Order: sequence, then structure tokens, then C-alpha cells
Amino acid sequence: MTTVWEPVIGIEVHVELSTQSKMFCGCEVTFGGEANTKVCPTCLGLPGALPVANSVAMDWIVRIGLALQCQVSERSVFHRKNYFYADLPKNYQVSQFDLPVCRNGWLDVTVGDETRRIGIERAHMEEDTGKSLHQGNGGRIHTATSTLLDFNRSGVPLVEIVSRPDLRSATEARAYAQDLRNLVAELGVSDARMEAGSIRFDANVSVRPVGTEALGTKVEIKNMNSFRSLERAIASEIDRQVALLEGGQKVRQETRHWDEGAGATHSMRSKEESSDYRYFAEPDLLPLVFAADQVEALRAGLPELPAERRSRLEGLGVAPHTARALAQAEPELRRTFEEAVALGAPPAAAANWVAGELTAATRRLETPAMVDGRSLFRLIEMTEDGRLSSSAAKEVLVEMLRSGDEAEAVATRLDLIQISDTSALEAAVSEVLDSQLEAVERYRSGEQKVLGFLVGLVMKSTGGKADPKLVNQILRQRLG
Amino acid sequence: MADLTIEAAGSALAKGELSATELLESVLTRASLTEADLHSFLTIDHEGAMAAATGSDERLRRGEPRGLLEGIPLAVKDNFCTRHLETTCGSQILAGYLPPYDATAVARLRDAGAVLVGKTNCDEFAMGSSTENSAFGPTRNPWNPERVPGGSSGGSAAAVAVGSVLGAFGSDTGGSIRQPAALCGVVGFKPTYGLISRYGLVAFASSLDQIGPFARTVADAVTLFEAVAGYDPLDATSYQGLVPNVRPTLGEGVSGLRVGIVRELGGEGYDAEVAAATSAMVDKLADEGAKVSEVSLPSFEVALSVYYLIAPAECSANLARFDGVRYGLRVPGETVEEMMARTRAEGFGPEVTRRILLGTYALSAGYYDAFYGKAQKVRSLLIAEMATVFEQADVLVSPTSPTTAFELGAKTQDPLAMYLSDVCTIPANLAGTPAISVPIGLDSGGLPIGFQVMAPALGEKVMFQTAAAVEALADFDARPAMAVSP
Amino acid sequence: MPVDIDIAYVARLARLGLSAEELAFYRDQLGVILEHAAKVQEVDTEGFEATAHPLGIVNQFRPDEIRPSLDRGEVLAAAPATDGVYFVVPPALEG
Repeated sequence: MTTVWEPVIGIEVHVELSTQSKMFCGCEVTFGGEANTKVCPTCLGLPGALPVANSVAMDWIVRIGLALQCQVSERSVFHRKNYFYADLPKNYQVSQFDLPVCRNGWLDVTVGDETRRIGIERAHMEEDTGKSLHQGNGGRIHTATSTLLDFNRSGVPLVEIVSRPDLRSATEARAYAQDLRNLVAELGVSDARMEAGSIRFDANVSVRPVGTEALGTKVEIKNMNSFRSLERAIASEIDRQVALLEGGQKVRQETRHWDEGAGATHSMRSKEESSDYRYFAEPDLLPLVFAADQVEALRAGLPELPAERRSRLEGLGVAPHTARALAQAEPELRRTFEEAVALGAPPAAAANWVAGELTAATRRLETPAMVDGRSLFRLIEMTEDGRLSSSAAKEVLVEMLRSGDEAEAVATRLDLIQISDTSALEAAVSEVLDSQLEAVERYRSGEQKVLGFLVGLVMKSTGGKADPKLVNQILRQRLG
Repeated sequence: MADLTIEAAGSALAKGELSATELLESVLTRASLTEADLHSFLTIDHEGAMAAATGSDERLRRGEPRGLLEGIPLAVKDNFCTRHLETTCGSQILAGYLPPYDATAVARLRDAGAVLVGKTNCDEFAMGSSTENSAFGPTRNPWNPERVPGGSSGGSAAAVAVGSVLGAFGSDTGGSIRQPAALCGVVGFKPTYGLISRYGLVAFASSLDQIGPFARTVADAVTLFEAVAGYDPLDATSYQGLVPNVRPTLGEGVSGLRVGIVRELGGEGYDAEVAAATSAMVDKLADEGAKVSEVSLPSFEVALSVYYLIAPAECSANLARFDGVRYGLRVPGETVEEMMARTRAEGFGPEVTRRILLGTYALSAGYYDAFYGKAQKVRSLLIAEMATVFEQADVLVSPTSPTTAFELGAKTQDPLAMYLSDVCTIPANLAGTPAISVPIGLDSGGLPIGFQVMAPALGEKVMFQTAAAVEALADFDARPAMAVSP
Repeated sequence: MPVDIDIAYVARLARLGLSAEELAFYRDQLGVILEHAAKVQEVDTEGFEATAHPLGIVNQFRPDEIRPSLDRGEVLAAAPATDGVYFVVPPALEG
């Protein structure tokens, strides 16, 4: 009997907050920029410098926690996490240990038709490290000849969100990561751009025989730069572990790097000692006490969350499946939907367009470009009044994304506008009827299928641009 | 002029009887005569000091508003960051280091018109009780150069004792201001934790470190304290409330005050002459109308143990930043790990190495609860005990140090014996409470004896009131032989 | 209480590259100090937790405002090795 293996996956997410200034000092938070120009005694770890926590960052971690249905601790404490690393200026990171700001939340994640509640163990506040650039031999860490250090990122506020090991497949892990990313973006607390590193995902993966409770040995995977690579890396790691176990070998507890090119994870040097982080309460920072009224004020300021949105969309007449997809969609897509509906687009149609064609097209084109609500509204209007066929409209949408032009201009340029002007069509119909007296006779004597033949002739004479429904309608009137 | 108090010099400066430049020249002369024997300074900033003194004289001439310390020559311990002025903390690992900023205390001194003469010697990263742990050689006791000045702020204490400056600042983590003040015969004060910003003070043990002044009189210590105390938005642990206003009650005496003698701070290990002088002073306080009683704080018996777990643990993290990457010494290595390990092994002296190892151990997996975690709970117990005792007594008194100044080298081979020098001073650091050492006389060997007054948190007012009475009763006006006016 | 110390492990954690002789020297000294320090274990601390600040203050924050950063030239001038833009260190052994 062969064993069926069940993957057990937990995700750790690091979110860089987009505050004006860093977590513990007044240096500007920037992406890119001249190296080592946004640094001060505190974020460089100069002797004598002290941290003071950014009040906005503290509000924002509470927002994140509340959006993830977490409990906000009445009392929370910063800890020092001690380890030596060249891009960690103090050789300890100000982080949190047993008293994080947020605990015990959840996020509902849907894959296919199944929605599962993924537990959030904690969300805590910490500071980011600087950046290391490994020089020589193609920048690979193991063969570098020197390392360059830039401390602009050092001290940027970072929220770490740790899920419970509730995820059961690579696909589900990806859905969780995407939903979480969208939620954070929507809260307006982070750019949450994976490619820029402002949101980063690590996965803990283990496998166990289906039906057993005990957890297998877990492996941490790092270096996944897109949702696709996250899914691939986890799938590949699951396969690796299953192959090891089925071959009678053991899984070693370690950290592995995802190598996108090779499509596999590879082992990093084992750092068994560096896990002795010697956490202790940070004496330079005071305990954090969150008053109930302050938490409630932050809760009241939260935007609409996916679950609430889904029921609102269903109330507008959007089909349940579409409502679910749209409720979880990227904020940019949802903004397009809301704008189009505000202008008068029928919600069901607008939702279908956004959750369907627009989502698919942006993914296919891998473009950050977006069609705004007004443009989408015009496109929908053109299909509703018959000037665009549904297949032509899809073509127009893709071209709108590519070019940034309006539907009307694109449809004209591609020559896709249907003739829906009745008088123009009346003339074309008259012309066909005058030349097809015999066919007219046959129809009038009851031969219904002749109508299709006549419609075809009108379409042909208009170069295919006539609205077939309208042609049909006019022919019936004239023949009736 | 180098023998003037800050009070007297300030008044002479204000009246124009003395210029800041003259005063500076006078103290620099004193320093030039004594430094070869003392080594109380690591850096004397002749140029910067002269510019500051000239600026002060200019302000006087123009009739501009005068700062609290206008024209007064002062020094700070070498663990205070001073912009573009070498700051080594007495360590090879920071030799040549020029900070890009001033500590808040330093900035406030400059704003108050003070003339910063230089940086004083100290035990490496303020770890020690004799200033023998300075990587740049020890400071000697002005009363007897064969003896230590105490530590870790030994340079500041010695410089004030001989008049190389009229006042100085140090840092006190377990007694590093009060113990050298006692051994050098000057006043040394550690305020309530949070009253003086630690921003720019190179951290040893963050929850215990406090900046404080050295002066020749209690009144001068008050002036120095007032110049730097108060909330600093750059230090999250600094106190936002009002700084206690201590001056109005300085001369009110001790009549009616409840003075507690701490039973645990005496007995075995205390010099007979220190004990006798302490008792004699207590008797005088009683004669002045103080209500004297003995109090007991059992947790003081383990205060030293608590301290030698908490301070090294915090130091092990605070000193992790000295790694050869961004500043200070670098000893080359093939890998960054090797470079760091070599730099730290070579850059830190034995006492610092010992404490980093001790603290790392006390925090490490499997030992945290038994050592660091437990020490933190005992610390809370000690704070609670002190709060209870301060319901029965307004101030507590004790010797500042169990002994007078010991010989150089006497304790360097026995860390535990050295640590015992701080047994009287450590409790105030653990509790975050204010304490002051006032000189009350000399022993038969001609070495000063210090008397400690402790008060509850933010109890500076009653502490200074008592200290001023002790000062008056002691009438201590002896000066070390070195401090004879040229 | 005799104290068991893996001094080589502690030195590695603390990134101190000490010789075998030095390690032995410090192990013995730490043993003596820790035996003394272990007295804390005999104290009954039932009901006591760590004290964060002697004055009991909490929640001191700064507003989210940008303050000037340091000049890069000045920052790099203090460093043992730079290329004028970055701090430079030998390559990492660990990943």
C-alpha cells in the first residue's frame, strides 16, 4: 500500500510599511535612491544612538492586525533578537518575541469552490536590515569576493505576519499570499510590491502521511520573488520531501533557497547556532500599551474587507462566483469596477468584465497598466447598444490596456464597430431584398431557413460590421 | 582660579572680574601640571575649548543672555559622543573614532555656555571600578598616585579633584560616578533613571546607565544637573514630567527627616575607618534632629548577583555593534565572520570580553530562565522592597564604597573582589533611584571617605537637602597635594 | 551550584575569536562569577515579573516626520573600508 502524503505549509510574510520616516529614527523611507544617503546614528547603529518608535507605524500594525481579525495585545513589548550579520547594524534586530502586537487572527482563502480559514498566529513589529550586494563571480553569495553594504533600508518598519501551518497545497499557499498582499495594499500601509521586495514571503513546508497528526520535519524556503515562484517552489519542495521519504531517507531541518532558473530549491549553509537568538526585552524602548478606545478608533477607520465586500456585491446582483473573485481581486481592479458602476454600468456586467476579461488580460500581458472605470463604462456601453460584439469588445479591451486609448478610438482603429444605425441597415436590406426576389418568395411561402441566407447576404454587403440581431429584426419586419 | 567652585567662578565671570579665557587658561595650566601623574584625560581639546571660552567672553561683552554654565570649564567622560572630537570609551576598538553628533547632554552643556575642555579617562566601555581597564592606561588617584581613583568614571573624578576642570560628567551603571567620587574626595550624583537623556552616551547596560555630575560642592552638582536634566524626545526612556526643583530646600537641614541606615550595607568587608566615619556622620545627623533608624533590605544581599547578570546581558547586545564594519577597528579576515571575530577579540580588553561572554551565556538557550530571567524578577523584588522601606524613611544612608582607594593592581586578577567595590552603589541602579556621594573626611592614610545618600525615585529634593546637610556637617575642605595653585 | 559552560559555543555566539588558552581562562573565571550570581536562584520571586522602567512609563513615540540624514561622506569617513558609496566587507561565509 503506498502512502498518500499531505503537505503542511505555513507562510511568514514581511511587509515594509510605507511610512514617511523609518521605524526608530527620522530618516526618510525610500526605495532605491543613492546608497547610504538615508542614514543617521540610529539606523547605522552608531555608538550612543537610541531608537524611538514611529507612532504611525504602531497604528498601522494594529490596522493590519484588525483586518486579519487578530486580537490586539493590551500590552506588547519590543525584544532584541541577537545575531551577527554585516547588514544588521547593531547586530541585533529590534523585533518582538512573546508579546507581539497582534495575535490569533484568520484569513479566508478560496481555491476553486472551497473556502478555508487560515489561522494567523501573530503579527509583530520589527525593523528591516540593510542590503548586501555580493560582488564578484556573478553576485553569488558563495563565491563572492567582497560584499557592499547599503543601509538606506536599515530601520524601515517591517510587520511580520506568521500564519499557522494550515495551508495544504502550493496553490492554496499562493492564494493565501495573494489575498494577504491585496489586503495589505488595500489598507494603504505598504506598497506591497513583491518585485520591489516591499512584501516578502518565506514558506515553511513539511509533509506527513494523510490522516496523521504529528508534523514532519519542516524546511524553510526563501528567495521567492513572485507568486508564481512561490507556488512552484512549494510544489517542488513537497515533491523533494516526498521523494526523500519514499526512498527511505529523512528530511533535514534546514533553510533552502529557491532557484528560479533551476526550478528547484537548494540547501543554504546550515546555521544551527544562529537560531540561539538570545531574545530579551529591549531596554531602550518602553512597553506598548493599547487602550481599547484607541483600538476601536482604528477598527472604525478600516476600509471594507473582502468578506463584507462579497456580500455587498451579491446584493448588487453580481453572481456569487464572480462576487467572490472580485472581492479578493487586486485593489486596482476593484477600483475600476466601483468607478464603472458609479457611472451607471450594470453591476453584473461590470463585475463579469473586471473579474473575467480584465483580470485575465492584465495577467496575460503581465502589465501593471489598468483600464479605469470611465473607460470600462464606455466599453460596456458600446456592447450594450450593439456597436460592439462581445468578441470584438474583448479584442478592444486588450488593445486598450496595451495602448491606453479609449474604447471608441480603439474600436474605430481596429474597424470593429458594428453598424447599428437602422437607416443604414434599412438601405442594405432593401438592396438585398430587391436582388433576391425568389428567396423572398420562398420565405413568404413558409421556408423559414431562407432568413439565415438573407441575413448572411446583408452581413456580407456591410463587410461584416452590421449588428446581426438588428439585421434579423429588420428583415422580419420587411418580410412580415 | 582652578580652585574656584562653579558658583564662585560663575559669579566672578558675571561681574567681569574674570574672563572665561583666563579661567580656561588657569585650568589648562593645572592640567598640564598634574596630567603626567594622573592621566585623567584621554583628549584635551585646546582649540575647541579656547574657541568656546572666547565665544563666551564675546557674549558677555555684547551683553547677551548668559547660560547657566556660561564660561565654566568642564569635562565629560569619554563615553559621551562629542561631534568631531575623538570618542573612544577607553577602548582600542574605537581608537580614533570621531562621532558625527553630540550626545544630548553635551549639546545641552554647550547651549548652557559651558567650555568643554576634554574627554576623561574611564574603564573600557565603563566596565570596571578602578579605571585600570582603560586601553590607554590607568588614571591615578590624586591623593596618592599609587592608588586607583575608582571607576569607571575615574578620570572625571580625578580631574575635578585637582581642579583641571570645575566640574565633570560621568555615567553610573553600578556606581561608576559615586564610587570614584568617594575615592577622589568629590561629590558625585546619579539621578533618577530617565531624568538625563542617554542619547549619545555609548551604552553599557541600557536599563541601568545614567549620566550624572561630579563637582566639588553639592550646590555645584545641582547646577550641573539642572543644565542637562529634562525630557529628550530622542530617548524613549527619558521622563516627560517635571525635573524635581531641588534648589529651594538645599539649606533646610535634616531636622525631622527620617534617615534609614541600611543594615545590609556594612559589617564584614568594610574598612573599620569607613564604618566609623559613616557612623560618626549618622550621629551628627541625629544631633541635627534627623530621626535615625536602621532598616533592612534583604534583597541587597543579592543585588550584586542580579547586577552581574543583567548588566553583562545588556552589554553583550549593546557591544555587538562593534564589529569592524562601519567604524572603529578592523582586523582583516578572509570572511566577514572571521573579520568580525578577530576584530572583537583584539579590540576588546579582558574585562569587556569577560562581561560579553557572561552576558551571552546568561541569555543563551537553556540558561535564560535560570539566570537573566530570574535576575529580572529579583530586580523587581528589590524595587518593591525599596518602595516599602521608603515609606518608613525619607532617605537611606550608607558608605559609598566599603573601602577607600586601593592600590593599583590589587584587584585586577580577581574580578569578583573588584565587583565587590560596587556593593553599596548597585541597588540604586537596579531600582532606578537617585543617590549621591559626599566626601566626609580622610582615613588615616590620607584617603577620602564618601558617604552615600539614597532617595526614592524622583526624590532628588530630599536627597540634595540631606546631602547639603552632610556636606556642611563634614566641613571637608582638604585638597590633594597635587591641587596646589601654581 | 556548579555551572556548566560550553565556552567555545558562547564565544562563537558573541563573535569573539579567542584562542584555546583564552577560552579556558574565561571559562574558569565565568565559573566563579556565575557560582556567585547563581545566588539569585535561591530568592523567592513568586508574583514578580520584570520591571520595564522604574518610573512605570509606557508608550513614548515619535511623530512620523522626516529628519535630515547624515552626509554620506562623513558617514563613510569613519569606516575601515568603503568604495565611496558603499561600506565594503569581506565575503560572507554563511548565506
